[in-house]
Amino acid sequence: MLAAALPPFQALLDDYAGEVMAVLRGAVGRDGAEDCFQETFLAALRAYPGLEDARNLRGWLLTIAHRKAIDHHRARGRRPVPVAEVAEVAVEDAPPGRDDALWAAVGALPPKQRAAVALRFGSDLPHAEIAAALGCSPEAARRSLHEGIKRLRKELA
Amino acid sequence: MKTAIDNLRARAAEEGLLDVAYATADSPFGTLLLARTPRGLVRVGLPNQDADELLVDLAARVSPRVLEAPAELDEARRELDLYFEGRLDRFDLPLDWQLSDGFRLRVLRAIARIPYGETRSYTEMATAAGNERAVRAAGSACGSNPIPLVVPCHRVLRTGGALGGYGGGLPMKQALLQMEGTLDGNPSG
Repeated sequence: MLAAALPPFQALLDDYAGEVMAVLRGAVGRDGAEDCFQETFLAALRAYPGLEDARNLRGWLLTIAHRKAIDHHRARGRRPVPVAEVAEVAVEDAPPGRDDALWAAVGALPPKQRAAVALRFGSDLPHAEIAAALGCSPEAARRSLHEGIKRLRKELA
Repeated sequence: MKTAIDNLRARAAEEGLLDVAYATADSPFGTLLLARTPRGLVRVGLPNQDADELLVDLAARVSPRVLEAPAELDEARRELDLYFEGRLDRFDLPLDWQLSDGFRLRVLRAIARIPYGETRSYTEMATAAGNERAVRAAGSACGSNPIPLVVPCHRVLRTGGALGGYGGGLPMKQALLQMEGTLDGNPSG
């Protein structure tokens, strides 16, 4: 059976750019998201012709995005998103929307929980795909997600 | 989001990852699709052709790294604008012939040399491509022309002057020939 042909890369941009950006904003914060977005799509573009399976392009892109988010955090010395950034959101003239406060709290989660939450709620990915994106078992993904949600509930209560 | 995508395009171009850059262009006949590789213009889609299908075809036959990048097609768009205004009679664009080969390629290269304001017959094109008896194959090579307008297959007519065929539809062929001043009296057939 022939593998499905790869669609023009532009179709991936049209379909998933917004989602990738949203996930990255959740994972690394607004400031880092733009850089990670470039890195994600450039890496995808480099690897694209060699991609053997065109069936889950969305999952593939989100996996790359997740790796770039991790690289981003590593480059910043494994620090969680600094609390100062969260505070900046809070002192903006307009009161922060519920979403801003939520994403700020998501950004402050430990990396695995942050990624699991962002992939689940930012891009509506099922557990199995979150596990694939995180490179862990579905059980571990479920655990990260639950711990992340628990922590968010406490933070935002 | 738009800035992010513009920046991505620029970086993809810098890193040599724009295998196929495409853009649309307005024309008196409707929207054209223009696509190029680093080597040159590789595909012109006429208004009656499905742009999405053309892009899928390019992804399969050239490279799946197909990105919309209007700036990469600026020169092609500029020359086509001038051509439609009747102010340009010879395109000066690098062409990428990779979608054609063999006899077809020889026919298309011969077509590319037909000057503005002149026409040739399918038989003449077959002869120019090295096989005067392959008139039907020459016709089918015209029909497969991936770079119409710039490779002016509209200048190829049947012996005797009947229009023959055109991928963009006969009215477009007729209008192009009228614009170039080569259509005499009665173009029936």
